[in-house]
Amino acid sequence: MDIRVQEEAFDLGVEARDFAQKTRASGAVVTFTGIVRDTADGTLDYMDIEHYPGMTEAALRQIADDALTKWSLEDAMILHRIGKMRAGEMIMMVATAARHRKDAFEAAEFLMDFLKSRAPFWKKEVTKEGVTWVEARDEDEDALSRWSS
Amino acid sequence: MNVLYFAWVRERIGLPREQVETKAKTVADLVVELSAREERYALAFADISALRVALDQVLSDFDAPLDGVKEVAFFPPMTGG
Repeated sequence: MDIRVQEEAFDLGVEARDFAQKTRASGAVVTFTGIVRDTADGTLDYMDIEHYPGMTEAALRQIADDALTKWSLEDAMILHRIGKMRAGEMIMMVATAARHRKDAFEAAEFLMDFLKSRAPFWKKEVTKEGVTWVEARDEDEDALSRWSS
Repeated sequence: MNVLYFAWVRERIGLPREQVETKAKTVADLVVELSAREERYALAFADISALRVALDQVLSDFDAPLDGVKEVAFFPPMTGG
């Protein structure tokens, strides 16, 4: 299980290939990648992501552990960047490996749902007009309830 | 105990962390104590429904007791991903 929090950009192709190559018993690998979205009016200068060192890694590890318990996974990874990023840059990725695709897809969605609202990251959008902290959406909180069964 | 602030809570209070001597029994008591200090604290804690709290780096609640807690962190709802 690979959990990484880093400032540096990452190469999705390399990460996905390395992850897939480590698996032996899996017939399915799912990856999800989050990308910095420009503001609606196209004025994003950059996004800045702050986190809570220590708690971040522990929270991500807990979320990945929960996924490994809930689904039949061979492996899972979470990579999340911090600091400044421009529109179009990759922010984060998750990957899951399982014997069959259903487990891999569902576990990847679970990782994303929990990562969005339970890992201590905060996004700030910087435009020429000023700085705005991105607000959490109710839908993101609601998304967690579907996994409680 | 160490009290940490993140995102706009940090910006409103104007510092990322501080050492606080307190006899507060719960997180809510600590919030009342801090809010009474200065306007910037009162502003940051004006609406605790807009805040989250972690005790020793684990998400918790405002009615949670502070017995034995070394690190309290206040921050807005998280926006990762």
